Amino acid sequence: MTAQFSRRGFVVSAVGGGLLMAIRPALALADAAAPSPPPTTAFIRVPETGPIVLIMPRVEMGQGVYTSLSMLLAEELEVGLDQIAVEAAPPNADLYSDPINGEQVTGTSATTMAWYDPLRNAGATVRTLMITAAAQRFGVPAVECRAERGVVSHPKSRRKATYGSLAKAAAALPVPAAVALKQPADWRLLGKPIPRLDQADKVNGAARFGIDVQLPGMLYATVAACPAFGGTLKSVDEAPALKVAGVIKVVRLRDAVAVIANHTGAAIKGLKALAPEWDLGPGADDNSAAVWAAMEKASASPGVNGVKTGDADAALGAAAKKLDAVYRLPLLAHATMEPINCTVQVKDGGAEVWVGTQAPVRARDAAAKGAGVPPDKVIIHNHLLGGGFGRRLYVDHIGQAAAIARQVSAPVKVIWTREEDIRHDHYRPCYFDRLAAGLDASGRIVAWKHRVAASAVSEQWAAGSLQNGLDSDALDPAAGTYDFANVLTDYVRVEPGQVPTGWWRGVGPTHNIFMVESFMDEMAALAGEDPIAFRLKHLGKAPRAAGVLKAVAEASGWGKPLPAGRGRGVSLIADFGSFLAEVAEVDVAPDGTVRVDKVTCAVDCGKIVNPDTIRAQVMGGITFGLTAALWGEVTLEKGQIKQSNFHDYRPLRMPEAPEVTTVIVESTEAPGGIGEPPCSAVSPAVTNAIFAATAKRIRTLPIGAQLAKA
Amino acid sequence: MGISLQVNGKAHNVEAEADTPLLWALRDLVGLTGTKFGCGMGVCGACTVWLDDAPVRSCLTPLSAVGGKTITTIEALAGTRAGAAAQKAWLDAQVVQCGYCQSGQLMSAAALLAKTPKPTDADIDAAMGGNVCRCGTYPRIRAAIHAAAAELART
Repeated sequence: MTAQFSRRGFVVSAVGGGLLMAIRPALALADAAAPSPPPTTAFIRVPETGPIVLIMPRVEMGQGVYTSLSMLLAEELEVGLDQIAVEAAPPNADLYSDPINGEQVTGTSATTMAWYDPLRNAGATVRTLMITAAAQRFGVPAVECRAERGVVSHPKSRRKATYGSLAKAAAALPVPAAVALKQPADWRLLGKPIPRLDQADKVNGAARFGIDVQLPGMLYATVAACPAFGGTLKSVDEAPALKVAGVIKVVRLRDAVAVIANHTGAAIKGLKALAPEWDLGPGADDNSAAVWAAMEKASASPGVNGVKTGDADAALGAAAKKLDAVYRLPLLAHATMEPINCTVQVKDGGAEVWVGTQAPVRARDAAAKGAGVPPDKVIIHNHLLGGGFGRRLYVDHIGQAAAIARQVSAPVKVIWTREEDIRHDHYRPCYFDRLAAGLDASGRIVAWKHRVAASAVSEQWAAGSLQNGLDSDALDPAAGTYDFANVLTDYVRVEPGQVPTGWWRGVGPTHNIFMVESFMDEMAALAGEDPIAFRLKHLGKAPRAAGVLKAVAEASGWGKPLPAGRGRGVSLIADFGSFLAEVAEVDVAPDGTVRVDKVTCAVDCGKIVNPDTIRAQVMGGITFGLTAALWGEVTLEKGQIKQSNFHDYRPLRMPEAPEVTTVIVESTEAPGGIGEPPCSAVSPAVTNAIFAATAKRIRTLPIGAQLAKA
Repeated sequence: MGISLQVNGKAHNVEAEADTPLLWALRDLVGLTGTKFGCGMGVCGACTVWLDDAPVRSCLTPLSAVGGKTITTIEALAGTRAGAAAQKAWLDAQVVQCGYCQSGQLMSAAALLAKTPKPTDADIDAAMGGNVCRCGTYPRIRAAIHAAAAELART
């Protein structure tokens, strides 16, 4: 097998009569030498016959990337979306990492940012190779040939050749150093509301999520881990479970007990029959009140400095008006609709894993450890994800399922109950923030101080992430996107007892945007100014941020009178390469019940792949963020999470869903992310609207019953 | 010992106790995985199927309660007039995101449409309030139900 390389990090090789192209962004960046041996799996496979295969580097968890990444490739390759088949990428950090996340994970809204250019260039490169190969075969100049729907034609001589028939010859050609991309005016797909490829199977029950895998001889399991984090299993009498019809076996792990059965119903019944004794471990006494007290105490002293511009203390001292406040956000679970699950077969010194994961390499390594086999003996079959939101970046359940399967001589599907799912998550941290700011005589902010006390999510994700004790996520963006003359942000690390924390839709900004945008609203009120006009005053150097604020003002009817008890609130986020402003319109009933009627969002996320997906992500992010703002909170008692299911970890439901209007601001800037920002921006828009309606400032989420009147 | 079930027009004999939730019999023993597990306590709607013509939460329905009633799951929804209209409207409105809850959403929506050909927003709230979607597809679900109703009225 020979391989051809380009400076963009493309590797083209001939495999079995077809063409195989790998894109290696890391290689492209480093302009590195050819890998040896050439990769055997990669992004694009053009076989002699059959569909062109895009080995999907990122996972589909509802955000539409199976469609949007296919569109990027299909546009430049000159094939129809119907001519592309998608395969989930296997774990391979070398091939499927991206420069933004630095590893093979789907998260931080990075997919479009990372793959917009590489996939278009890859498509154009393969198309160019196909045209070159066809021109050579026809004995005509390449410029006289054109490609359409996977066929190269030479109109003058009326000759045609399919990509499949050209693949072998194309693979032997040198990879062009540069290729011409199509002009936007010629786009068939990009920027258009193309129907998603995954929808048809998701309305008829045919789509296969991880939880749906079926294997010959498969057994079913459910599991209970020690209720307190870090605790272990002392003992369990397995007899009551074994009396349940259908139960086959009880499996003990260091920190959990699992019941294996002929079907999940029997496994759940068997597990309920058990009364395991636990050693609750170091977190046995953890509780929410103690966590808040520790955070408040730690936050009284300066932390590790983040941003330091000018002299915030001096400017605050000299300010004409000033304000300080404490803000708090609670721990949150992810509660993906598809409960946590993983199917594993341990056999012949290896393990095969069926799961939907955002982090396939970590999944492989966790399975290897759990099964006691080498990582290169693990096969990961990645699936559609029934929601991710950050939960499926973590692989605790995969290691656990492998450890269970190691004790079972059949493939075993381990499903967590919803109770297990909510009580053994990697939680969005709780936050205790102190903010202070001062206005000059003209009503402009001259000093901004923001101290964040919280868990170090980055460090929990990858040990060694702290830089001089600073967790970059915790301070992202602790001073917003505004132009303040004097800024001081600092970070105090406080872990919530033994509770594991993790990434949650919106990541750092989902906390900071609430703090910053709420406090900006407070400062606008202190200045006696309109909240949008006040923000615009501080955005002289941020035209795109100002642009979405102006757009949302117009689209939301900002400033138009509202009846008593109603209010509008605004918020702004500039992160993940995108700019969003949201206006929420809220009704507060006389009894204090809060109802969010409308949310208007103006978004500038640069160049757009699929506007319909952007609208869906805005709608979805707002729903996810609104659920958290209104009711989201998990609390800790005696080391255990108190909430357990949707009755006490309340999701937004149909009657409570606001009308969402999305205004897309046209842009030719580089594409930004859209999964996270709409979620982060909604909570302050809502609490600012509550302030507008009632003059009451909500500084702690969830809103819950804070406004309820007895 | 087995229990006989009529699922999507076919008879199945499943080896399970009478107190086994219908959900697990369908998924693990009959092999129809379109019906989803979400909460196990009837508060999310992901497991919704029809018993005769009524939507029920299969996670809370023991096999003993099925009796001779016929079971319809998402896999056979297209064979019903309201179901086919709902599925088409779902695709037209591009409702789905992750898709995990949508089997249950469609079973509830089609049951509503079969009984209430022209549902109001209040009817939709009442019929769909028990179905949770974490991706936030509610506004499109509402629009799709109205569109399906309009389509059913035309044909």
